[in-house]
Amino acid sequence: MSLDALIIALSDNPLLLILAIPLASAGFLAVLPGWRLASWLNIAVSGATFAASLSLFSHRPPDTRLLFIDDFNIYLVALTTFVGFTTAIFSAGYIAREADSARLSDLHLRFYHSMYQAFLFTMLLALTANNTGVMWVAVEAATLTTVLMVSLYRTREAIEAAWKYFILCSVGIGLALFGTTLVYLAAQPVMGDGADAMAWTLLIKQAARFHPDLLNLAFVFLLVGYGTKVGLAPLHAWLPDAHAEGPTPISAVLSGLLLNVALYALLRFKMLISANPDTLAPGPLMILMGLSSLFLSGFMLYRRGDIKRLFAYSSIEHMGLITFAFGMGGPLANFAGLLHMTMHSLTKSGIFFAVGAITQNGGTKRLNEIRGLTVSHPVLGWTFAIAVLAIAGLPPMGVFMSEFLVVSSTFARQPLLAIPLIIALLVAFAALIMRLQAMIFGAPPPMPRHAHGQQTTFGTVLAYTPLLLHVGLVVVAGLYLPAPLVRWFEHVAKLLG
Amino acid sequence: MNAMIWQVLQIILVVALAPLITGYVRWVKARLNGRRGPSPIQPYRDLYRLLQKEAIVAHSASWIFRAAPYVTFASVWLAACIVPTFTTNMVLAPAADLIALVALLAVGRFWTALAGMDVGTAFGGLGASREMLIASLAEPAMLMVTFSLSLISGTTAPGQIVAFVLAGNVGVEVSLGLALAALVMVAIAENGRIPIDNPATHLELTMVHEAMVLEYSGRHLAMIEAASMVRLTLFIALIATLFAPWGIAQPGAGPLGVLVGMGAFLAKTFLLASALAVFETSIAKMRVFRYADFLGGALLLGLLATIFLYVSEAV
Amino acid sequence: MNQQFSYDIAHLIGATVLMAGFSLLYQRRLFAVLNSFAFQALALAAAAAWQAHVQDAPHLYFTAAIALLFKAIAVPFALHWLVERLGIHRAVETALSIGWTMIVGVALVALSIMLVLPVTAAAAALTRESLALAMSVVLLGMLMMITRRNAVTQVVGFMALENGLILAAVSAKGMPLVVEISIAFSVLVAMTLFGIFFFRIRERFDSLDVAYLESYRGDRS
Repeated sequence: MSLDALIIALSDNPLLLILAIPLASAGFLAVLPGWRLASWLNIAVSGATFAASLSLFSHRPPDTRLLFIDDFNIYLVALTTFVGFTTAIFSAGYIAREADSARLSDLHLRFYHSMYQAFLFTMLLALTANNTGVMWVAVEAATLTTVLMVSLYRTREAIEAAWKYFILCSVGIGLALFGTTLVYLAAQPVMGDGADAMAWTLLIKQAARFHPDLLNLAFVFLLVGYGTKVGLAPLHAWLPDAHAEGPTPISAVLSGLLLNVALYALLRFKMLISANPDTLAPGPLMILMGLSSLFLSGFMLYRRGDIKRLFAYSSIEHMGLITFAFGMGGPLANFAGLLHMTMHSLTKSGIFFAVGAITQNGGTKRLNEIRGLTVSHPVLGWTFAIAVLAIAGLPPMGVFMSEFLVVSSTFARQPLLAIPLIIALLVAFAALIMRLQAMIFGAPPPMPRHAHGQQTTFGTVLAYTPLLLHVGLVVVAGLYLPAPLVRWFEHVAKLLG
Repeated sequence: MNAMIWQVLQIILVVALAPLITGYVRWVKARLNGRRGPSPIQPYRDLYRLLQKEAIVAHSASWIFRAAPYVTFASVWLAACIVPTFTTNMVLAPAADLIALVALLAVGRFWTALAGMDVGTAFGGLGASREMLIASLAEPAMLMVTFSLSLISGTTAPGQIVAFVLAGNVGVEVSLGLALAALVMVAIAENGRIPIDNPATHLELTMVHEAMVLEYSGRHLAMIEAASMVRLTLFIALIATLFAPWGIAQPGAGPLGVLVGMGAFLAKTFLLASALAVFETSIAKMRVFRYADFLGGALLLGLLATIFLYVSEAV
Repeated sequence: MNQQFSYDIAHLIGATVLMAGFSLLYQRRLFAVLNSFAFQALALAAAAAWQAHVQDAPHLYFTAAIALLFKAIAVPFALHWLVERLGIHRAVETALSIGWTMIVGVALVALSIMLVLPVTAAAAALTRESLALAMSVVLLGMLMMITRRNAVTQVVGFMALENGLILAAVSAKGMPLVVEISIAFSVLVAMTLFGIFFFRIRERFDSLDVAYLESYRGDRS
């Protein structure tokens, strides 16, 4: 294929563009010397990917066996590219300080930027894959790219975290592959050999004719497999360490994006299972795992000593809530789940942006050493406060809206379940408020002992802009959701069944 | 009438052939070790020599000590007589049963162990306890193998199992493979071959069978030795018959069929004997505390063979 | 050769893979574990080659070649070299005695058989037996990861798990090549990571016993 034809093909099909840009960038960011240029380039290509994803709304390419776009994944693609873009901006500022304080070498930084784009590529591939095998490959590749990044700082804790992450997620991914094979086996008698029996758009049409026992078995494996990647209890052991030990931009995308992608994969299969009337209802299993995640993480929030670990457990809590919502099913709960996925993404990544700035300013991740933020850094402190209140579920932020919807739909459908749900939410709420108070009020510590590098004004702008943007979006969404968005979520909620 | 003739022939054959097989195994092992080794008919000479010698019995020995060699030999001989080697058309065939086979072997083993403890020496007790450890795991394993075979063919009589297999009713089954592996492991253990027991050793640390029979001499020892040789022949014949029954003469075959059966039996026996020799040469004896693992493995293989029958369509 | 015979051979080879999995659990020496793993990969290559022949799917030969060259030869050699180079303790440290491990292993096999029993043999692509075998190998791999304390044996357990996955994939008639290449690809990348990890772990800790890692568990902070 000549270059012209390639360009025409790419511009014609924004989907290919979305995938090609990060992939190509990963390649040349690996060879580019000089981290400063690399971080700018990172922002630029992430922005380009975001723009390309926006163009998807106006021009939807036709489905192929390999890739497709429907209402469900189009908004997730947009969300992923948006958060990827804002995180790239934040990362530029963060990396500048890290490089300044010589905590990361040149080779590491080159590697970091290349892997960042590779990671974005794998996530986008997972979201847009039609072939269930390709989706699996993409999720596995996403795990692999992030494992290396988690161990970037080479401390003992980082290595332990990366090892645990690698082992547990690889086992999970392996089980997910087994589930994928079983789905193929269920489909094969009905749809014949070959790629047809692995294409999701074709599978969903024929799912009612598949063998229900095979589908049941497949779903159990898929729930355990992809559920490990989502961080559902009791498969969550890797999450707190992995999200806490890597560089903060990585924690942001891990918490904000990768968990969503894994849940998306799980939901695609849930839709397949639900389409078959003879299979076990997948809902109760998901509700069970969601509730146990909620309770476990809610209580674990109390005794954390490390700020990033605190918010990693909060991620487990929210993913548990989202799984619970999707497990409940029905238009209201699905709507709430979708809204919550978006709000959690924005809020959690925003929080990690703030955490990044806080830890760099104070030179420490220990919670008992972070105090008086509103006094020492007012803008940062108050924005951080709003973000944490948002994640705790306080009105008028977006997260409150989605939590409220989940609770009300639970009351409507299964009132008994609403009691543990509310208790868990309140427990987590109290823990977060307690921690927040300790962090933002009081006198700041006397002298920041090992602040990372020098904070330039431009660096501050880079760090704060994404933070303010995310928090702003979350606040606005709590007050007003544009009607097209609402209609759209409702449509997808119906698709999810 | 024919059945009677073949049965008598079988009775004579197993005893006559057994020393040759043992001698052959020793000869192959010696050659593999780079030695010239004793001639394959040396065991005949050994047995003859032992029969000529005086049997010395300890003062503390009871009648058990004197009777055990005969009981052991008789039970093993009887067991060998009911395993079809070159033909299934034998007089004792209706009474033949794999479970009875296991029981007969157990009788022999029990008496040897008693004899080992009878004289009151340390070695005897040591050998007896080790032998019983092996037996407690090997017997269930062998029974599991029996169960798998019976579930496949619907009968426990070896003659009828052979008929079932030869009629083409069984494909290449996973369970058969697993059962074969289990039976081979049990055979190694029962016959006291490497890696379970070294038949040529007299070191305390490594003896099992030899320890039990250390006190025997003369004709008693000849009986014990003969019993071991017949036992080896028995197990080789069992493995060949149950898992590779081609060539065995069925009821109604003429003298030519029986001749073919005889030829097939001899070929399979010597093949398996060579394989045994090669195997023994290439592996080291395992430590006593690992017997449980090894035989437990055999038991589990037998269990798996039975379990797998339920998932394939054989049951 | 009729279909029943080809299925029987396939199941026999699959059972060999399963037996190799049990043999992995049985070993007490690290090098014996690596040898058993090489044997399992060899059996897997045979299974893939047989399926390639029976299904008339030439791309499976490629999978067989990968299993043979990479998993049966390259990986055991590499791990062997690593064990010698890092001076890792050569005995296998177990969290559960070998006897009990084997019993749990048989229970897992029985469990997988019970799970596939309701699936009728009408699933034309794969009979119940192949599925039970593959699932058993996967579960045995997981068992090995859980009951072994050394990082090398955990990694071998993980690769045994992958062997089970590939066994399932090749036995499924007509599964597209994409999946197979991807599996191989990820194994390749994973192996590179292992090497990096082993060196990093060794740099930081004196042994590869993952119990040492426990003292750095972040849960307590």
